[in-house]
Parts: sequence; structure tokens; C-alpha cells
Amino acid sequence: MRILVVEDEVKTGDYLAQGLSEAGFAVELARNGLDGHHLAMTEPFDLIILDVMLPDVDGWRILQSLRGAQQQTPVLFLTARDDIDDRVKGLELGADDYLTKPFAFAELLARVRTLLRRGAVPSQADKITIADLVLDLLRRRATRAGRKISLSQKEFSLLELLARRQGEVLTRSIIASHVWDMNFDSDTNVIDVAIRRLRGKIDDEFTPKLIHTVRGMGYTLDIEDDE
Amino acid sequence: MMNKTDLIDPSAKSATKASHFSLTARVTLFVALAIGISLVLIVQLVQSAVHRHFVDQDAEELQEMTTTITLVLSENVGERNALVEALSRAITGYQGVFFEVRAQDDAIIYSSFAGDLSALVLAEGSGGHAHDAHVVTAEVGNTTFRAASRVVTVAGQQFRISTALDTDFHLQFMSEFRSSLWLIMILAGSGTILAAWLAVRQGHAPVRHLSDSLRTVQADRLSVRLDPNAVPMELRDLVSSFNLMLGRLEESFARLTHFSADIAHELRTPLTNIITQTQVGLSKARSENEYKELLYSNLEEQERLAKMVNDMLWLAKSDHGLLKPDRESLDLAKESQAILDFFELLAEEKGIVLSLEGSASKVMGDRSLLRRALSNLVSNAIRYSSANQTVKVTLANNKSSEITLSVSNCGPQILPENQSKLFDRFYRVDPARVRQSDGAGLGLAIVKSIVVAHGGRVTVSSNESTTQFTLHLPQ
Repeated sequence: MRILVVEDEVKTGDYLAQGLSEAGFAVELARNGLDGHHLAMTEPFDLIILDVMLPDVDGWRILQSLRGAQQQTPVLFLTARDDIDDRVKGLELGADDYLTKPFAFAELLARVRTLLRRGAVPSQADKITIADLVLDLLRRRATRAGRKISLSQKEFSLLELLARRQGEVLTRSIIASHVWDMNFDSDTNVIDVAIRRLRGKIDDEFTPKLIHTVRGMGYTLDIEDDE
Repeated sequence: MMNKTDLIDPSAKSATKASHFSLTARVTLFVALAIGISLVLIVQLVQSAVHRHFVDQDAEELQEMTTTITLVLSENVGERNALVEALSRAITGYQGVFFEVRAQDDAIIYSSFAGDLSALVLAEGSGGHAHDAHVVTAEVGNTTFRAASRVVTVAGQQFRISTALDTDFHLQFMSEFRSSLWLIMILAGSGTILAAWLAVRQGHAPVRHLSDSLRTVQADRLSVRLDPNAVPMELRDLVSSFNLMLGRLEESFARLTHFSADIAHELRTPLTNIITQTQVGLSKARSENEYKELLYSNLEEQERLAKMVNDMLWLAKSDHGLLKPDRESLDLAKESQAILDFFELLAEEKGIVLSLEGSASKVMGDRSLLRRALSNLVSNAIRYSSANQTVKVTLANNKSSEITLSVSNCGPQILPENQSKLFDRFYRVDPARVRQSDGAGLGLAIVKSIVVAHGGRVTVSSNESTTQFTLHLPQ
């Protein structure tokens, strides 16, 4: 998967490139609008991450030019301004998603994965199996090592979200948004409590441990060797 | 200060054309007009009174003459020559006095007047300006006469007695009297107007003093208050209003100053943490795990900073009216239940019971914003509750077409003097500023902004046992 990052801020560009590379993507970094535009027009990418505020050619014009040339590569734009007008403009010009700075890297990674998955047929499986954890999505039941685990509705939704996004770090705000439909940053530790309780049922009496805390970022469900 | 007055003056001048005359000039002009009119009236009145008095006096004199002549007639009616003789002596010692006596056949018996007096009187009497039934004013040559004519019967014979007075003397007096009257009036009028002008100017002295005091008010001296008892009664209201305005300004200014100071304080704490931790961490070689710890710890502080900046930006946006809530029909009971579901686990862990009571008709509002407001309130309520207490959300339809949503919890009383400050940014009831899980102190400010953007308001009430926040939303 190749990703083009167009970002003039040196540090941001470097860390985006590093973070995405380490997450398993091939990253090309353009430090200004013209280079970015040239790369986007000449090389194939699966996704373009585009900063709106560029010193030479701004992100909107690059986006416009790409879409004008029938270039349909998904574009995720980054903006420092939290204006609704900005978002609407970006989406109208054909962007696929946006993030407002400052953003959590985990959040960016999640958006990137979602955008890359888009188009691919979502898995219709009615079962998710991770190690000896089995989720029956139709009957909304979970078993671990063959033992039935009783979960509340919300707990099952939470587990399902983590399992569907196996290996992805999910921030608290993503979890709050998906499981409880709370689409704002909340300073409470409701999510931590919910995860702790879920862990009590899923992980406490079993090995390997599946739910992991990624400090400062969020939670992930995966089979890991250490920690 | 100078700049400010320069800025204000031109607009004030053009905006209020009608009042660009000075107050003193306007009052003086008004007084001058009033005094002028009344003085002119007085002059007219005095003149006509004096004139009337003269007319009455003249009429009386003419009457007296007629009586005297009638007496002379009755004494000498038989003897023609003796009668003429007696008549010529009848009125002596008077100047400017004339009379004429005619017999029944209109023949003149005696006349001291150079002309036909009775004809003059009758002519004036028929169409002229008779001041009295019998007294007329007539002009012959340059002389003005007052004259009267009457028919008397003496010893069966009829006589017409006509009398006249030369009134030039009176007219002379009237003319002089008028001149001195006007002079006096003009002097009195001018004096009064001058006095009025002085009085008004003097009366404005308190206003000038007030203005001098106001000039001392500066941004850093908003604590100045004017003494309402030091000014005349009429200005007391103005001074009180001004003091109130100063009070509000001072409060807002203090709030703004505190806000800036609070922002600096709130930002400095996490920044200091990050800097110190990083400097200590880099001061010697450490294990990979220690570096990791350091980065995690930094990350936590940075996220706090990011959240704070986001919240502040959000509030700044709402301050500038950029917060435009969607308007969809919302069932507050449903939304409240969703929020309570969200907080259920947290409450359960702390042993707190959440409950939802009452119901309300639907409101038009922004789901996400109202959820955020409600979430902030419930989150606070849970934070300040302890085990076995209840956090209650109550919905009600108020009579005044208002929907109220209250979140109450048992907890320490918030003193009334602190209640209004609760919605200030960065305000915390506890001055020790317990950080822990606490947010940046922007939660209630955000609640207020959201409710205000919905055209509602938020209130708080608190007693020894319960604290309750209420959102009032228009229906």
C-alpha cells in the first residue's frame, strides 16, 4: 500500500512518514505543493494525505486539479482550522475524509485503514475468531476457550469493535463514538472502566491476554507475544 | 484618553445635530424668550391701565363741568345776558377746558371753543371711538380733545351742553411714561437673562466636576466610584448608573484578566512538566524502558494541552457566534438515557446510582451539542458524588413554554457567591485546583455556550445536601 504525504511542516512530515512506514505502508513524502502535485499525477498511490495549508500551492488546488484530471485516489486532508466551511469545502472538492490538527496518530492510522478498506467488500462473516476467542456476531455471543462469557449489549459492541479492528489502536474517542454514539471528546474515564470490566471477563482467567493498553493512545485487541 | 475623545467626538457631533447647541445657550435662549414675552405683556397691560385711568379721570371731569354748567343755567335761566355773563365766569382757573351751550333751537348761547363742539361730539359719537357712552376723543388740528355732550332740561327749557378737555398734556405724559417703561423693562429683561445665564453656567459646575472625575477612570483604575451624594439630586441617577456601568466593566475586565492569567497558568503547568521531565530524562543515559516511560508521560501532558487548546478554540468560536447548532427534533428523555447509559459503568464502579425522572416535549436542537452539555453535567455530578448517592436527571415542561433539564447530585454546597462564577472559564470552586481526573475547568463554560447557542440559559442552585444544574431550553 503506497501513501503520499504532502506536508510542508518538517517535523509533522517526518513523523507522519515514520509512523506510517512503521505501520507497514510505503510512504512517499512531498514537502511542498508542487512536488506533491507532480508525484500524485505521475505515480500510483493508494491514498494521499494532504495538508491544506501549503506555502506554494494550497491543498484545495491540488485536490481540485487531481479530481479535474479524473484522478480518483482517496484523499484525506489535514487542516489546522476547525471550520465547518473548511470541511465542507474539502469534502465538496472530492476529499474522502479530514482530520483537524492536532490529532492523535492512532486516529489518523484508523482513518487511513478505513479509507483503504473502503471499496473492498466488508467481511460478511458471522464469526470472528482471535486465538481462542470466538465472537458469534449473529447471536451476539462470545466464548473463550470454549467457555461462554456473559456480556452486556455494550460490552459485546465494544468487544466486536476491537475484534473487527484487530491490531489497530482505537482511541477513546473512536470507542465512545462507535459504541455509545458520543461524538465529542469527553474527559471522563468511562472507556477505561468499560475496558477494565471487559478485560475482567475476557482476559483475567485466560492466556494469552488479548486486550492491550497502548499508553497515551488507546486500546487494541491482538495476539501479542510480550507485555 | 485623548485618542478616545478624538475618536468619539466627530461621530457624536454628526449623530446629534439637534443638540449641538450648548445646554447653557439653550436654557438662556428659553429664559430670554419667556422673560421677553412676559415683559412685553406687562408693558402693554400697564400702558392700557394708565390710559384707561386717564379716560376715566377725563370723563369725571367733563361730567363735573356739565354739572357746574347746569347749575349756572338753573340759576340764570331767565336773563339771557346775565346767563352768558354767568357762563363766561362759570369755569375759570382751568387750562385747556372748553364748553358750549346751545338752546333748544340749536342756537349757541355761549361757546369758549373755536368751532362747532356739539357737532364734533355728535359726529365722533356716532361712528368714532367712544370710550364712554358720552365721552369721545376728537382731534382738531394738532390738538387732541376729550369731549362730551349732553342735553339737560332746566325750568322746562332744553339745553345742549358740550364740554371738551385738551389731553395733549396726558399724551405727553403717556409717551414719556412709555419710554421709561420700556427702558426699565429692557434693563430688567437683560438683567434677568444674564442672571439666568450665570445660574445655568453655575448650575453646570457639578457636571464639569463630574466630567473631571470621569477623566480619571482608566483601565487600571476601574475601581474608581463617584460619590452620588456629592452631586445635585438631578445628577444622582446618572452617577449611580455610571457607577453600575463601572462595576460591570470592572468585573468583565477582571474576568478577562483572570482568564488570560488562568490560560497562562493552565498551559504552564503541563509545559513545565514536559520540559522538566525531558531535561531530566536526557541528563544521563537511560534504559529503553525509561525513555518509553518518559515519552508516555510527555504524551499524556501533550494530550491535555491539545484538549485544552481545542476546548478554548471551541469556546472562542462560540463567543464569536460561529456555533450554529443544527435544529432537529430531539427527545430529551432518549438523549438523557443515552448519556446515562454511557456513564453507567463509571457510576456503578463508584457505587453511584443514576436515575432519570419526568418527561418533556421535544425540543429543537443539536443532538451532538446537547449530548456534550449533558455529558459534562453528568460527568461533574458523578465526580462530586460519593458511594451510595444518586445522580438524578429530571425533565420537566415548564409553564412558560420552557423545557427544563436538571442534573442534581448530593454533594458539598456551592456558596452563592461562587455560583455565578461556576460558568467562567477555568473556574474551580476548590481553589487548590485538584487536577487528577479533572478537566481544565472549561466544562461548565462549554455547557453555558451550548445552551446559549440554543437560545436557553443554565442556572445552578445549591444547598447543604444537593447541587442542581438546570438547563432551560425554549420549546
